[in-house]
Amino acid sequence: MTEQGTNGNGRALLEIKELKKHFRVGRGVTLKAVDGISLEIERGETLGLVGESGCGKTTAGRVLVRLYEPSGGEVIFGGKDVHGTEGEEGRALNRKMQMIFQDQQASLNPRMIVRDIIAEGLDIHNLVGSKKERLDRVQELLDVVGLDKEHANRYPHEFSGGQRQRIGVARALAVNPEFIVADEPVSALDVSIQAQVINLMRRLQEERDLTYLFISHDLSVVKYISDRVGVMYLGQLVELADSDELYENPLHPYTRALLSAVPVPDPDYETERERTVLQGDLPSPVNPPSGCRFRTRCPQAVEAAAQVEPEWREIKLGHWVQACPCFT
Amino acid sequence: MNGDSILEVRDLRISFSTYAGEVQAVRGVSFDLRRGETLAIVGESGSGKTVTAKSLLRLLPEANTTIKGGEALFEGQDLLKLSEQQMQKLRGSKIAMVFQDPMTSLDPTMKIGRQITESLKEHLGLSGQRARERAVELLTLVGIPNPEDRVKQYPHQFSGGMRQRVVIAIALACDPQILIADEPTTALDVTIQAQILELLRDLQEQLGMSVILITHDLGVVAHTAHRVAVMYAGKVIETGTLREIFYNPQMPYTWGLLASIPLPTADRSQDLIPIPGSPPDMHDPPKGCPFTPRCPYAMRVCAEEMPGYTTFSAEHKAACWLHHPMAPNVEPPVRIGGTR
Repeated sequence: MTEQGTNGNGRALLEIKELKKHFRVGRGVTLKAVDGISLEIERGETLGLVGESGCGKTTAGRVLVRLYEPSGGEVIFGGKDVHGTEGEEGRALNRKMQMIFQDQQASLNPRMIVRDIIAEGLDIHNLVGSKKERLDRVQELLDVVGLDKEHANRYPHEFSGGQRQRIGVARALAVNPEFIVADEPVSALDVSIQAQVINLMRRLQEERDLTYLFISHDLSVVKYISDRVGVMYLGQLVELADSDELYENPLHPYTRALLSAVPVPDPDYETERERTVLQGDLPSPVNPPSGCRFRTRCPQAVEAAAQVEPEWREIKLGHWVQACPCFT
Repeated sequence: MNGDSILEVRDLRISFSTYAGEVQAVRGVSFDLRRGETLAIVGESGSGKTVTAKSLLRLLPEANTTIKGGEALFEGQDLLKLSEQQMQKLRGSKIAMVFQDPMTSLDPTMKIGRQITESLKEHLGLSGQRARERAVELLTLVGIPNPEDRVKQYPHQFSGGMRQRVVIAIALACDPQILIADEPTTALDVTIQAQILELLRDLQEQLGMSVILITHDLGVVAHTAHRVAVMYAGKVIETGTLREIFYNPQMPYTWGLLASIPLPTADRSQDLIPIPGSPPDMHDPPKGCPFTPRCPYAMRVCAEEMPGYTTFSAEHKAACWLHHPMAPNVEPPVRIGGTR
């Protein structure tokens, strides 16, 4: 038995233990956005996190980079408790963990020029000594992400969606992070531009030994870019495995349904495949079903699923699943 | 042209006037829609696919839209020349539309039942009682549980998928001959998307409608369409049957689209093949083929003149200079041809 959710080679950069994030949404009403997830993210890997809207994948990513305080559990980054760290050490952690957002229209300040957007992190962390050095760094970063040096003096609205996403990547890279949470980084882009950004992210990972948490609802993109993939449902991880293993040998009924729902751009495949179309909608995360949370939509649900809290178990080396009575 | 066509669009040209000048959104689009088929119009944002569809129902803002030319023949009438009054009779009855965002296409202050019966009373002249019964039938048809109670609820009481079902029910209310679905599942989660696509396909078979499906998602196309028209920079650059477009595409832009999406079977050690650059500025569209600046196979003539269509089969044609007898022989990138 290895540590929770790793493939056991012990190079974990991030250890996430029983992480919880609950939001108060009304008097006495709590929304359990993330409700006890445990996994490790290894140095240099891309961990994909998939699930439908409201499953908690974005919240999980935001807790990791300290945008939210967790309601329970802990996150260890390079041996340090991420949320118990303050002051100078906290600032150092902030530098090592960066985020790329889905909507660059919203996450780039429209009143700042690109040079200042990219250099903001450099200023905060005192990484450059002079104006000259600052500009050099910005121009170098623009070059790295495939933009022109002249772009430094322009405003975000002067760029296309794909270019704005490159600016977002440059900003994240500016402070030499080790770990980047990319939250739906290509979802707002056209397919031909998506491929450009994905290739860019892969190249940078190789060159800079970056570790990614890649959050997306697009299963094809996640499979392509990730080494391992975790599937979330209503605030919990239901399955976690190597990317090929997960797609070839999914165990949890939700993972199976999710994979079978993705339309594949191949007409022959589409005509031949058998689809499990899930009935019904996602239950409210304010009041999730007891026991296995998927049982209300599960095509093979058994009665026992309502009583037993399914155990997070390593079925085979590196393949973790929430073991619900319906399939174990 | 084709006796089986329910809609014939010929050389449609549409421009918008903006503060920065004229935007030529649609530049000579022609296609047929056959009875009972699903025609997918695919393309990236700004390719003119939505503008084309909206113009058929004249849903574009009149103040700054000019239809510069072309025709759209439906039952012997040119849709583009109808008066607003004639159009109102048609819109929502013989031709209906489903939009991307079900929240903005429903009235948040009106009960679902009334939103459905509105067009039943208007177009079919049903009485209140009969219209309410029909509303319940329609909700049943689109798979909404407890329809008797649901008609009394407001849109916010429905989930995203259920709202899209309501929007489809409204579109189907008057038994349209043509349904235009503009990115009907883009705002939905995959499991819900699968439900809605399944529903649309069943309904089409059941009701024999012709469907124009507008989407950027080639997976959705492969799942749903019979024929495909690929749009780029306001033009249809390739059209053919579903299999022809996916397995034997003839235009580098179509190659690029297919090669830039990761298939589930893709080899992860290989880079994706992106299309370099970005689409042209439609204020000043290129003189020749609009794909020239991004095309790895571009020749001198491409920038000079828009190529005509080369025909490959009864359905399949593409506009590309590579099919000129004097052009060099070019092979598409290896990944074309699907997973097998």
